[in-house]
Amino acid sequence: MSTFASSRETTEGTIYSVTGGDWDQVASEIGSAKEERVVVNMGPQHPSTHGVLRLMLELEGETITELRCGIGYLHTGIEKNTEFRTWTQGVTFVTRMDYLSPLFNETAYCLSVEKLLGITNDVPERASVIRVMMMEFNRISSHMVALGTGALELGAITPMFFAFREREKVLDVFEKVSGLRMNMAYVRPGGVAQDLPEGTVSHIRDLVKDLRKNFKDNADLLIGNSIWIKRTKDVGYLDLAGCITLGVTGPVLRSTGMPWDLRKTQPYCGYENYDFDVITADTCDVYGRFLIRMQELEQSLRIIEQCCDKLDALDGAPVMVADKKIAWPAQLALGGDGLGNSLEHIRQIMGTSMEALIHHFKIVTEGFRVPAGQVYSAVESPRGELGAHLVSDGGTRPYRVHFRTPSFSNLQSTSAMCEGSLIADVVAAVASIDPVMGDVDR
Amino acid sequence: MSEQKGMFGASGTGDTSGYGGLERASVSPTSAQRPYGSYFDDVADELERAFPEFHDAIEKVVVDRDELTLHIKREKLFDVAKTLRDTETLRFEVCLGVAGVHYPEDKNRELHAVYQLLSMTHNRRIRLEVSVPDSDPHLPSLVEVWAGTNWHEREAYDMFGIIFDGHPALTRILMPDDWPGHPQRKDYPLGGIPVEYIGATVPAPDNRRSYR
Repeated sequence: MSTFASSRETTEGTIYSVTGGDWDQVASEIGSAKEERVVVNMGPQHPSTHGVLRLMLELEGETITELRCGIGYLHTGIEKNTEFRTWTQGVTFVTRMDYLSPLFNETAYCLSVEKLLGITNDVPERASVIRVMMMEFNRISSHMVALGTGALELGAITPMFFAFREREKVLDVFEKVSGLRMNMAYVRPGGVAQDLPEGTVSHIRDLVKDLRKNFKDNADLLIGNSIWIKRTKDVGYLDLAGCITLGVTGPVLRSTGMPWDLRKTQPYCGYENYDFDVITADTCDVYGRFLIRMQELEQSLRIIEQCCDKLDALDGAPVMVADKKIAWPAQLALGGDGLGNSLEHIRQIMGTSMEALIHHFKIVTEGFRVPAGQVYSAVESPRGELGAHLVSDGGTRPYRVHFRTPSFSNLQSTSAMCEGSLIADVVAAVASIDPVMGDVDR
Repeated sequence: MSEQKGMFGASGTGDTSGYGGLERASVSPTSAQRPYGSYFDDVADELERAFPEFHDAIEKVVVDRDELTLHIKREKLFDVAKTLRDTETLRFEVCLGVAGVHYPEDKNRELHAVYQLLSMTHNRRIRLEVSVPDSDPHLPSLVEVWAGTNWHEREAYDMFGIIFDGHPALTRILMPDDWPGHPQRKDYPLGGIPVEYIGATVPAPDNRRSYR
């Protein structure tokens, strides 16, 4: 043990630390040691750990005897930062937590702010429909990453190409509607930032047909593929009792046969008015979880189609609460230098109404006050229950913002899923949880 | 509950615009009177039936914005949690985690731990809130009741310094192991920590430029 390993004596015996080098050589050198116990540090810079996740694996040959997660490498202090900004500015922060499904973060946060304000029922229907449509598109784009990278990590490259091809089209919708492809801060307390640009609905109708046809490509590549089945069937097993005690939600919970989906069980944003199915599997394994994600794509498309019909019927309706004390004062418009306050609005506040200028200044710099109290509201994100626990002390800024993020809770189950299995299965199990480290660490 | 300070240590009222004069009376939600409405009466009745020491354990019951919060004494937290999970008619089988909240003005009750509970069986939600003094921030760990609170309790310890007695391995989870202080407490500043790289240091935000 000399080339790659430095050794030191501890109370537990000799400990060799191995870094770098060719794995074959390392393995052959370790093989000459008397002790079989090997601790492998996987990550935080590892291509198959979904970002900066660090896994500490204790191995007995190729079998994992103990697994521990090391997290915190992407901790950004978003919860603390929001306490120093207005309630509206908070949206810009929370959208960056789960960067693959930003619209869910925004919606969970805004639902909580609206509940604190007591304006839940005043949010215009068109705003809710737009929220639902954007969230379902976001579910598609997020599941596309889960499927694409999940397959890539198990050695299949083509599903990644297909998934990202479709995801690109969804991101184009986000760009068309909000101006940004991710972290759009589009959902705001009281509604959404601006109405859909002209022609969006007909574009989406065409896109839905397109996506439906193309989703089949990925399904054909993976469902029934014998290599895929061998890598995922009975791997990462976690049954219902395990999920419940660990607080695991989302596709992992539904893969145990439990039809728990907040969109059905505790509807928000008017989800009770949409026709869709909750997809479950009864395999409790990685295969079932990916199967659920694939089938949820179709359900999202169904919801989006219903959104299109509703949007046609609600054409021209407001997308922000009528209360001027809460609603953002400016209408946004696309100018030569990007999206900004509309010229009409600027003309009004700069040219005709001093009161409007004062109001604009006050609500933009100081924000609105939110009555004291605490609330919790949750949405079904692509990963499970995403809850926002907000505490207000009556001021213009949150007193405490806490996000119950699905990735954080679900990632805890990695140990339960992997201990006793082979090291190669860890990659499949982690991919099936689909953790986003920004969501875990916040 | 507290006075808010401006961003990056601004003095004065702490109002970022300078026009609002943020001064508010402290707010503490009062106990609700029966009937609570919705399923909340059911939950309270069943808990009283299943847990004889109910009145000893509950400090107050708050019903606000269609949500039920039970404020519980810390000595009874573990038993109440176990009752809520195990009683057929209550069956709060999922704990969605623990959030710490710091109220420095609330003397001898500075640190609060807030548990969100979900009953999938009955499709209900309630919230438990426990307060502990800053000088003795000990709470019983609920990992034995809901294994999923493990990481959440570590986070509350990391960010607020609440110590969960009986936790299998109460260590920092998001901040580095040797980090001093608990960042989400109100007495911990935003910024103030320079970022170190090899060969360079980026000063803390409050020292980069003046917002005063």
